[in-house]
Amino acid sequence: MLSLASVSAGYGSFQALFGVSLEISRGEAVGVIGPNGAGKTTLMRVISGMLSMTHGTMTLEGQAIGGLPAHHIIEHGIAHVPENRRLFPRLSVEENLRVGAFIPAARARFAEQLDYVYGMFPRLKDRRTQAAGTMSGGEQQMCAIGRALMSKPKVLLMDEPSAGLAPLVVQQVFDLVARIREQGLTVLIVEQNVQQVLDVVDRAYLLEVGAIRLSGTATELKGNSFIRESYLGL
Amino acid sequence: MDIYLLEAIINGILLGGVLALLALGLNLIFGVIDVVWISYADIVMCGMYGVYFLYAQYNVPLPLACLIAIFGAACLGILVHKLIIAPVLGAPPLNQLLATGGLLFFLQSFATLLFGTDFRNIGVRLPVLEVATMYVSFARLIAFGVALVGAVALYFFLKKTYLGTAIRAIAQDREIVGLMGIDQRRLYLVVSAIGGALAGLAACLLALQYDVHPFIGNTFGPVIFIICVLGGLGNMLGGFFASFIISLIIAIGGYYSSTELSYVLAFSFFIVLMFIRPRGLFTP
Repeated sequence: MLSLASVSAGYGSFQALFGVSLEISRGEAVGVIGPNGAGKTTLMRVISGMLSMTHGTMTLEGQAIGGLPAHHIIEHGIAHVPENRRLFPRLSVEENLRVGAFIPAARARFAEQLDYVYGMFPRLKDRRTQAAGTMSGGEQQMCAIGRALMSKPKVLLMDEPSAGLAPLVVQQVFDLVARIREQGLTVLIVEQNVQQVLDVVDRAYLLEVGAIRLSGTATELKGNSFIRESYLGL
Repeated sequence: MDIYLLEAIINGILLGGVLALLALGLNLIFGVIDVVWISYADIVMCGMYGVYFLYAQYNVPLPLACLIAIFGAACLGILVHKLIIAPVLGAPPLNQLLATGGLLFFLQSFATLLFGTDFRNIGVRLPVLEVATMYVSFARLIAFGVALVGAVALYFFLKKTYLGTAIRAIAQDREIVGLMGIDQRRLYLVVSAIGGALAGLAACLLALQYDVHPFIGNTFGPVIFIICVLGGLGNMLGGFFASFIISLIIAIGGYYSSTELSYVLAFSFFIVLMFIRPRGLFTP
């Protein structure tokens, strides 16, 4: 469904990605794991159009979408839950969700999609008029995911959804990811929390210094001796 | 209470309404684009000339002349953004200040060249109302009412529409809004047009009360600017309330001394408050 072929990108003279290729099929949940500074966030930014690639191609359902700016990528059905949530802190929860439905196609089905998001996160409905910045980290993460779902995306990108959350809340966030993928959504998730992410994805890629080092099904990677030693601490 | 003092207070509040409109426009532009339009009051001057020429010279009916002036000011706002602001968006704040400051001198000199330094009046004589032995100018009353309607309309636009919510969102995180399908550059143009239109509306209301000349912007520009800083730059509600504080100081000060001294008073109040609350009166 979404495929990247030898994508390179960077910031000015600093190159962060070196010919990354990856493939996600419809309805699949795929993880990208790796250490800090491996280029995971850069990869997400390239896919959502926040950062333009210097080389390579990207296609969604066979259509080339590489090089489009972020505000066009979302219209093709890729929504991005950014690192650190990045809610609009002084807007209410519902206003944050309304911004998530900014594109014309999403405005047309706003009420329906709002029901869907509130159905998935009843907590957000309770707090709909509260300023988003005053909620707890876990609630903010729900709101950030909800905001991305408002556009009814085909592919959901999640950048470190568990970052900065208490351990108990981290487990809740991964339960959420599991629920989202049960709905048939295609998910690409970047995480440092290797153990937990491998429990919810079908496949994963290991990104190190801007290149894919390993890939395989979640079960394969859990059994891989390199992953076990370096990332799972087993 | 002294009846003349009450009259001064009422006139102060009425003037505050129009100043509030300008403070809203300047704050909107600053909050979203992060650039201070030093020349904002000179957009008002252009709008006033627009109303004057359309109505007094070319006999266009006043409401239509006002609509055209508002539309023209909105276009001027877009033009200012495209020609002057957009090229210096990434530049240091000082350069941005110099660019919009340069526009101020350009507009004033250009107006002098085209129209001379004559004071021109659109020649609409509205009655002065006598309410319980107080005199209230009908022109000011209309200006206040229309300004308030404009402010409320802006509030509902920002609060209730997708575009308005997006404008408030971009003021809080300009990098991330692209992910929601918002084109930052397009939104900047929309905001510049709204800012220009608010200046145009204020121009119509001020043309009813004041003569237009190339330097009329200097009468309001510094006052609007201190209002915005007093309310907290970018804080729309703060600027709205600060408008009334400053206009009341000017009106009441004018009652006890003279108009000139009342401006000294207002600016002294501002300077003292900047020591006490440097980030603005309404910033927590």
